[in-house]
Amino acid sequence: MSAPNDSFDPVEVTPLHPDEVARMREEALAAIEAAGDLAELKEVRLAHAGDRSPLALANREIGALPPAAKADAGKRVGGARRDVGQAVKARQAVLEAERDERVLVEERVDVTLPWDRSPRGARHPLTTVAERMADVFVGMGFEIAEGPEVEAEWFNFDALNFQPDHPARTMQDTFFVEGPDGGESGMVLRTHTSPVQVRSLLTRELPVYVVAPGKTFRTDELDATHTPVFHQFEGLVVDKGITMGHLRGAIDTFVESFFGEALRTRFRASYFPFTEPSAEVDMECFVCRGASVGNPDEPCRTCSSEGWIEIGGCGVVNPRVLTAAGVDPEVYSGWAFGLGVERTLMFAHGVRDMRDMVEGDVRFTSAFGSEI
Amino acid sequence: MRVPMTWLREYVELPADVTARELASRLTLAGLEVETVDELGDDLTGPIVYGRVLEIEELTGFKKPIRHCMVDVGRANGTGEPQEIVCGARNFSEGDLVVVSLPGAELPGGFEIGARKTYGKMSAGMICSATELGLWEDHTGIVVLPEGFGAVGDDAIAALGLREDVLDIAVTPDRGYALSMRGVARDVAALYGVRFHDPAEMTVAEPTGAGHPGVIADPALADRLVLRGATDFDPEAPTPLWMKRRLHQSGMRPVSLAVDVTNYVMLELGQPLHAWDRDRLTGTVTVRAAEAGEKLETLDHVQRSLDTDDIVIADESGAQAVAGVMGGLDTEIGSSSSSVLVESAHFEPRHIARASRRHQLSSEASRRFERGVDSRVQLVSATRAVRLLAELGGATVESAYTHVHHESAPATITVPTGHAASVAGVDYPEGTTEKWLRAIGCTYEADGDVLTVTPPSWRPDLTDPNDIAEEIIRFEGYENIPSIGLKGFGRGLTRSQRLRRAVGRTLAAVGYNEVLTYPFVGERDLDGLQLEADDPRRANVRLANPLNDEEPLLRPTLLPGLLKTLARNVGRGLNDVGLFEMGLVYRPGPVAERAPIPPVDRRPSVAELARIDAALPAQPRRVGVVLSGAAERTGWWGPGRQASWADAIQAAREVADVSGVELEIEADAHAPWHPGRCAALYVRVQGERVLVGYAGELHPRTVKAFSLPERSAAMELDLDRIESARTDISAPEIHTYPVATQDVALVVDASVPVGAISSALAEGAGELLEGVRLFDVYDGEQVEEGRKSVAFALRFRAGDRTLTAEEAGAARDAAVALATERTGAVLRG
Repeated sequence: MSAPNDSFDPVEVTPLHPDEVARMREEALAAIEAAGDLAELKEVRLAHAGDRSPLALANREIGALPPAAKADAGKRVGGARRDVGQAVKARQAVLEAERDERVLVEERVDVTLPWDRSPRGARHPLTTVAERMADVFVGMGFEIAEGPEVEAEWFNFDALNFQPDHPARTMQDTFFVEGPDGGESGMVLRTHTSPVQVRSLLTRELPVYVVAPGKTFRTDELDATHTPVFHQFEGLVVDKGITMGHLRGAIDTFVESFFGEALRTRFRASYFPFTEPSAEVDMECFVCRGASVGNPDEPCRTCSSEGWIEIGGCGVVNPRVLTAAGVDPEVYSGWAFGLGVERTLMFAHGVRDMRDMVEGDVRFTSAFGSEI
Repeated sequence: MRVPMTWLREYVELPADVTARELASRLTLAGLEVETVDELGDDLTGPIVYGRVLEIEELTGFKKPIRHCMVDVGRANGTGEPQEIVCGARNFSEGDLVVVSLPGAELPGGFEIGARKTYGKMSAGMICSATELGLWEDHTGIVVLPEGFGAVGDDAIAALGLREDVLDIAVTPDRGYALSMRGVARDVAALYGVRFHDPAEMTVAEPTGAGHPGVIADPALADRLVLRGATDFDPEAPTPLWMKRRLHQSGMRPVSLAVDVTNYVMLELGQPLHAWDRDRLTGTVTVRAAEAGEKLETLDHVQRSLDTDDIVIADESGAQAVAGVMGGLDTEIGSSSSSVLVESAHFEPRHIARASRRHQLSSEASRRFERGVDSRVQLVSATRAVRLLAELGGATVESAYTHVHHESAPATITVPTGHAASVAGVDYPEGTTEKWLRAIGCTYEADGDVLTVTPPSWRPDLTDPNDIAEEIIRFEGYENIPSIGLKGFGRGLTRSQRLRRAVGRTLAAVGYNEVLTYPFVGERDLDGLQLEADDPRRANVRLANPLNDEEPLLRPTLLPGLLKTLARNVGRGLNDVGLFEMGLVYRPGPVAERAPIPPVDRRPSVAELARIDAALPAQPRRVGVVLSGAAERTGWWGPGRQASWADAIQAAREVADVSGVELEIEADAHAPWHPGRCAALYVRVQGERVLVGYAGELHPRTVKAFSLPERSAAMELDLDRIESARTDISAPEIHTYPVATQDVALVVDASVPVGAISSALAEGAGELLEGVRLFDVYDGEQVEEGRKSVAFALRFRAGDRTLTAEEAGAARDAAVALATERTGAVLRG
């Protein structure tokens, strides 16, 4: 930058000479007009409108002029810079429009190209179904209780009122754990999730509202409809003034949330040692809603044209179970149910073969993703 | 229990328009689950008529003897002329009354009858056997009817009972009474509110003297024994058609009149009976416990060693029957037995249940005894049997008989009249409980609102107030129980439960598929894992009755199931597979002890519960991952990447991250991993380092043993320990001053783990450090042999100012200094 120099005649400073300013302006406008794309325009803008462009440099000289000459020179240079700036903007708009029309189109890609770079994962539908079942009950104010899979016979049978030589005890084909020296161990692989009832009553404060999803075991060979390792979903309520009506209400809520609004359920009298009275629970077939019954023209595969689907067992907690768990049956009563998780999955999602749930073929799990 | 409808109707005045199917659904709702309704003869059409054999011409020259018969069928054939029928059976003579199906008829199983030429003769119709008519199984020839059974030419379908609806009821273990026509009929009558005729209601005269000597040695084994004889029985007498048909419809095989009668009475009254050949019995009949070492060959020709817990029926020569289970071969009633002794007893159910299980012998008798039979029906049933022997087999009933009994006062149940209503949640009208108690045969005394109920002798299952409630509710209708909402007091999922869900979702999100494998493993699996003989994972919980003898153990690790499932997927052509499983493993405790079985009439003591839980194996929850194939596939974007040890360790990091736990990783050598590519994984629990698992590439021998692709990798973590390492999250302060980044390249010995350098840098950098990240590892030409260059990016930031270049540089130098001190790292020039 030049220092103020009073000895010069202002008109004699070359860059501020009107002809020179006009020339710089013309040169800039020509270069702007000649810029063929946005990159060129950017260079032109730096060269002719940037901080080190001739016009910018000329502008700096104005400060050195005597006050009388400043206004005139300022007006001249300012006008030229404004014209150049406007020309850049105008050219920018033209070139951007051109780019939008041509270049972006040329840059198009095939968006249908796959991006299956990493293999997909999924959770097992039995896990997600059991979680969804649990969530229905958690919403009703239940907690999730758990217990061991290798279980003491006392919990699996005795405390649940399976008397030592009663035929009910042999109905459930039990895996027995070998004891010391090959003798009896007093332990089994739990045949049902019901021992969690007793564990809950022994460890929790009353009232108890729990569900217990879990693995259970029976000595059935694997085939299309049986598996030695399966999953049950237990429910237990022990409180004051509990009736079978509350039991039905809870089961109805589950059925409606999983299979559809206004589906009817029905209880059939049955027998389980740990509930009395006991019932089997059927729900109305959610596919035909009973329309297939006695109607051979429209058979229903889901319910075998029975109109009802068995979903589990339930009943009023046998007071003997309460006694074994230290709960006074004169004060408290309750109910329990057991639903099949495999059955629920089979019905809710049309799984036809038990083996699909067991074999771990990723094609099966993938179909369900991470949430049901 | 199979229940023919016409038989049932003999005891119940059921309206004629009630169909078997309708009854089946009513019974099913009321607790007698009808599994099927068999419509026997449903597909059968006539004409099926009585015929009389007029002439028999024996045809010769064929492979088997053949008869050409002229059979009078009256006007049933439209002409009145004798019908020509060719027949292969030989058990009939001219003049016999037979059953003829005429052309146009269709027999059970879609067997159409026509007229055709066969063996050179015309044959227009068929003389029928019992099997062909669906009556019972009989391959000895055609049915020859007794004289007077029907008139020639008349329709035989109804009289022979060829059409019958049979209910097949799956009787639950508590309802022993329903294993009889009598018991089912009583429930049916109650359900429909119609009259019931009790077949056990019969008059039995007092004995005129002592019958065959009989003794109950121990009243704890049996409380009633009846021995009733019939003499001059004709062992050749046939079982009448109606009885054979009912036995067949009820699922029993007709044998001989004496046996058939005992079975028939059992079906009718529920009391198993035994018919002895009295001439083969020696002296007094005793109900006693078997003696040690005693043996008996039972009717099924099996020589059985008896247990001292077995009840036997013995004579003076030894045990002759396993009481309540099966008779002995020696005293079996035979084709020459004319003196029959019917034994009818009431045994202690638990003894019968144990004997049945011990000898693996479930019989019609044992099924009834273990569920409980009427304790007072023995005399009636024995009398009913000998009367039938008299009526059908020409026998003479002895008026002297033996009836030994040890009466005990029946137990009573005290129950409020409103109990059923409060159990069901339904307001039943007054008198409802009393009404149904009477219907099922209970007696009661009322004291205000409290009833003292005495259950009938055929309902030993009724012991508790809730048993009474169930009876009331099932007759009032389970379908009438209302649906009432309720609300618990739950506090949501526990942290552990939330954590498991998060781990599952995370592993699925990063590409793993969840599997649920069986927990059964065998020695071969443990060998495949390359476990040394003294590896603690060799000591496992063992099943007494495994499904597969090769897999009797419960898994000590999730890996065998995961590896087999991986191999299965690869075998099915799915090559790029990552799997995970979350589940329990089973680790036996140090001391093998039998889990105690405390009494159930009270809460177990703290000590008893502790002993039970101490006996149970530890069952920690684990998560495991296995993978092989491409972790990233080759595609249009470029080359892919094989799954490796690094993915397995990363899976562990993912689990730790989502659990909010920091993982410490260290090289280790642990089966079944590749000793050079195995990481031991640790967490800090209150400052203590705790091992939580391993990850890395699998040992080549394990890969081979499980038929896996080379370089398959695996990870297994103890989720319970991960969870215990989790601490509460407190929100971090987010600073917005500019970040200062500093890159450092360090040269170290190739053996120095990057993790050690990284943690030294982090520790040395001090509080200004926001993060440290490795971005390059180089061991090429510009680094001397046996050394490697590692490059880290350090990010610094202060919460209260913009850091100067000097401050950031000083922090970097401090970081490098500690790395140098700890690992010998040299800053690369």
